[in-house]
Amino acid sequence: MRRSLLGRTWPNVVAAGLFVFFAFPVYWMFSTAFKPNKDVISETPVFVPFDATLKHFGTAVDADNFWTLVGNSFTVTVCAVLLSLLIALLASFAIARMRFKGRKSFVLAVMMAQMAPWEVMTIAIYMIVRDKDMLNSLVPLTLFYMIMVLPFTIWTLRGFIAAVPKELEESAMVDGCTRTQAFVKVIFPLLAPGLMSTSLFGFITAWNEFPLVLILNKDPEAQTLPLWLTQFQTAFGDDWGATMAASSMFTVPVLVVFLFLQRKAVGGMTAGAVKG
Amino acid sequence: MAVQSDGVVVRPDADSGKTGSPPPSPPGTGGRPTPVPARRPGAAGALLAGSAPYLLLLPAVVATVALLGWPLVKNGLLSFQNLNPRQLIQHITEWNGVDNYQAVLKSSEFWKVTGRSVVFTAANVALIMVCGALVGLLLNRLGKKMRLTLSLGLVLAWAMPVVAATTVYQWLFDSRFGVVNWMLDALGWHSMKDFNWVGGQLSTFFVITLLIVWQSIPFVAFNLYAALTTIPNELYEAARMDGAGAWRIFGSVTFPVLRPFFLATTFLEVIWVFKAFTQVFAINQGGPERLTETLPVYAFVEGVGNQHFGMGAAISVLTIVFLLVLMSYYFRVILKQEEEL
Repeated sequence: MRRSLLGRTWPNVVAAGLFVFFAFPVYWMFSTAFKPNKDVISETPVFVPFDATLKHFGTAVDADNFWTLVGNSFTVTVCAVLLSLLIALLASFAIARMRFKGRKSFVLAVMMAQMAPWEVMTIAIYMIVRDKDMLNSLVPLTLFYMIMVLPFTIWTLRGFIAAVPKELEESAMVDGCTRTQAFVKVIFPLLAPGLMSTSLFGFITAWNEFPLVLILNKDPEAQTLPLWLTQFQTAFGDDWGATMAASSMFTVPVLVVFLFLQRKAVGGMTAGAVKG
Repeated sequence: MAVQSDGVVVRPDADSGKTGSPPPSPPGTGGRPTPVPARRPGAAGALLAGSAPYLLLLPAVVATVALLGWPLVKNGLLSFQNLNPRQLIQHITEWNGVDNYQAVLKSSEFWKVTGRSVVFTAANVALIMVCGALVGLLLNRLGKKMRLTLSLGLVLAWAMPVVAATTVYQWLFDSRFGVVNWMLDALGWHSMKDFNWVGGQLSTFFVITLLIVWQSIPFVAFNLYAALTTIPNELYEAARMDGAGAWRIFGSVTFPVLRPFFLATTFLEVIWVFKAFTQVFAINQGGPERLTETLPVYAFVEGVGNQHFGMGAAISVLTIVFLLVLMSYYFRVILKQEEEL
């Protein structure tokens, strides 16, 4: 059954239009970041930055505390992800490979915790952190980011562990390994890709977090990049070139991670959302 | 360590009964099968190994109780307190019963915000699901090259960090030099030149909605596409043989197969949009004149901005209750499909 010429063309035309719709804001961010000011602030938009400049990146990087904030963001994100990975590895091994009473309720609790409404719990968290006298510290941020990504980490790692054939583990144990040795020597190496992609998703979540740092860390030196980015305009007025340069620098790590993970993302999310 | 003490005292199969045949467990021994390499079946060792899964879960449980459970309880406690700047500074705990709830539930502002949140969520989710489904169907129909191109665009929008996306949308919709206003003007809608998008309630919501829909479509579209590829071609062929048209095929083949997917995704999106804070807050801080505050933003502005922490906590408890109702529906859908957890 051949489709008519029109029938074959329109999906492509629509797809092209949609591509522009989805990609344009991203393109506009990068192109604005490289444009000289006269092209940014012009009556007719300049669509291709022919005389590209790095000046805006300089402005953004020279902003007060920029490097402190980059350090903060990386510290908080990396620590949170590593911590959650460690805790999740233990828990997900238990639920993937062991039968015990309460397993089902634990899995259910993990699924519910994954949807915890952090955005509306900020007041209580603020009070707790304030009572502990830890406002403007990176420790509570790290801990809460850890718990934000923990359920997801447990959930995905469980899938990866379950995918390692248990015969491998058993034969290692027949050969005289203890269960811990079997885990460290057999399962763990096979888990490397799973650990990698799981931790990268945790990275994206923690890297992006905004409401909590907004309420907890008012001190300019204790903030993270998302907070800085939303305040960049207030600080720099209408310097859109610099604002877009800052956004670009913030986006690039995430974009790289995401393009790398995209295929797994689709599979993983479907698995998490529709079928275990 | 407990895990080391004995080989496989705890049965190591993830999905019982489906793969392999686990050794039958003797009744009355707590469901413990005989160890495969039968070494040291000492009572102490068995006890330790029996508690192994619980020891493994311990860190996760402790962390969750301390960092998620405690804030939730604290939120509840705060909502029964009179907590304003004075009490905050002097560290006084002043219980005031259900006063906060009474005040919140009586205020017309709260109900206005609630209604606004519901309409906002409904509009966003409807747009996300319809457009996402259409894009997913389109992906399924495209040739390889075009599909890759569109996927790239979708991934870019999906991967964009929310905060960065918010900033970019503010620049796109900038009144003086924003490219959107320029384009509308160039297309002949001259009154849109220098239009201030964040100056009015509806236009601000338009920008927020566009931002959220733009970022959410890729998830729905990719998932739908992935699900579509699992439908065997024979089903379509059979339907076509029976003389079904494109609409009929969607209604009688595609949709019924993907129904659970639609239900689950819709609930997920409802929950996500309802609690969206960053986009709504960062675009215009709930302005102009607090007209674009949704429940999470309202709780934040009342609680932290206006320093009525007890009131803010009460609002957030009510929001959480609302979300829990939504979530329970979601879990009903999910658990029906998940025989094996």
